[in-house]
Amino acid sequence: MRHLLSIADLSKVEALQILNTAEELARVSDGPMKKLPTLRGRTIVNLFAEDSTRTRISFEAAAKRLSADVINFSAKGSSVSKGESLKDTAQTLQAMGADAVIIRHSASGAAQRLADSQWMTGSVINAGDGTHEHPSQALLDAFTIRKHLAHGGDDLTGLHIAIVGDVLHSRVARSNVLLLTKLGAQVTLVAPPTLLPVGVESWPVKVSYDFDSVIATVDAVMMLRIQLERMTELFFPNAREYSRYFGLNKDRLAQMKPTAIVMHPGPMNRGLEITADSADSARSVILEQVTNGVSVRMAILYMLLAGSQEIGASE
Amino acid sequence: MSLALPAPDMARAITRISHEILERNSGSDSITLLGIPTRGAHLAARIAANIQAIDGKPVQVGTLDITLHRDDLRMRPPRALMPTTIPSLGVEDRNVILVDDVLFSGRTIRAALDALGEIGRPKTVQLAVLVDRGHRQLPIKADYVGKNLPTSPTQIIKVQFTELDGLDAVSLEEGGK
Repeated sequence: MRHLLSIADLSKVEALQILNTAEELARVSDGPMKKLPTLRGRTIVNLFAEDSTRTRISFEAAAKRLSADVINFSAKGSSVSKGESLKDTAQTLQAMGADAVIIRHSASGAAQRLADSQWMTGSVINAGDGTHEHPSQALLDAFTIRKHLAHGGDDLTGLHIAIVGDVLHSRVARSNVLLLTKLGAQVTLVAPPTLLPVGVESWPVKVSYDFDSVIATVDAVMMLRIQLERMTELFFPNAREYSRYFGLNKDRLAQMKPTAIVMHPGPMNRGLEITADSADSARSVILEQVTNGVSVRMAILYMLLAGSQEIGASE
Repeated sequence: MSLALPAPDMARAITRISHEILERNSGSDSITLLGIPTRGAHLAARIAANIQAIDGKPVQVGTLDITLHRDDLRMRPPRALMPTTIPSLGVEDRNVILVDDVLFSGRTIRAALDALGEIGRPKTVQLAVLVDRGHRQLPIKADYVGKNLPTSPTQIIKVQFTELDGLDAVSLEEGGK
């Protein structure tokens, strides 16, 4: 493994290897000494051309716990806002000796472009590209689900997971559908028809327009953020109607299986896709997702950077 | 391939190491055994069972994965991490005995000392190995040795445990060039 661009590139074995590594690394994070010498002397660049709180901080924390040097680079306040191209930015980072670039970009395929180009030799990690994929988020979601619901099992066989809301604009949903089904789970997408992508019938999932008929059968419900910043037209009549039909509230919470969990990749629109009491309920693992994110990203950095590229690439 | 230590000899060596550990530490109260996965962990479990049989008290035994502290990480593809389990009393102020199957370059033990330092400050750190094959690259010496086995650097020592391999044996294989 040289880059992490898409869940589609990962085999089931590789995905489980990342989750198992994350589990061991989580124990380190729980211990008194949180820092490991593993990536000492490596330089990792956080190239964020789109706003982010938790993903950037999470990758930064993960890199620092493995003793890598982290350079943060955001579009605002850098030459990108003066019109510098991705190519020139990448070549600048290469000249500075970056071993890995973690990229978030509003254009789908930006990470792939960076990896395929000869602009730089380091590893590329996709931290979200447009509406395409967000692989590290899917891995931390799978990690969280496995920890709560797999009862010591290796994969997610037999679990039913609902992904609810703005699937159309969600890279988190795309990565999760690929990963969760790869790991053996059954996935149901719940959304109004306007927020489902064209071609969804070819995805390995069930689709429902009726949240109430699904809620009682799932082991985990993953609420998606309504991405108002990506919406160029009207997708539902008004926020109140959306939240009545597709929001998670106290009544729906009460219908869930006793063991079922509530997830959200954040940031949340409280009161729109999820009510405050659902987000803060005992079923909610939303903050735990953030904690697990650091361990999973440590595992990703370890797998991509700790070993030798030459041998790793020839497998 | 030649058999260096058949099963009965291997059992005797482990019994002797167990007695030596008890003698040197005046009993089992102060000791914590930490095996280095994979085979060091099995050896540590064997020694712990022996010590318990001799001394009649349960022994603090755990495992210590050293992968993240290795100095050769950059030279090989990424390795899977193994579990680290620290027994209930921890390592603070204990006589910690690191247990591994083969002592060769000494780099694994150096990494283990680093890993141990992150967990706490033991009173002493001792080292028990089943086979010392020489060719040290670092100033490291074992306190308890099952068998000293003179080897050439290209030879391969194969340690087998019933739990993993179906039999107990230490054998010596001629390695490639």
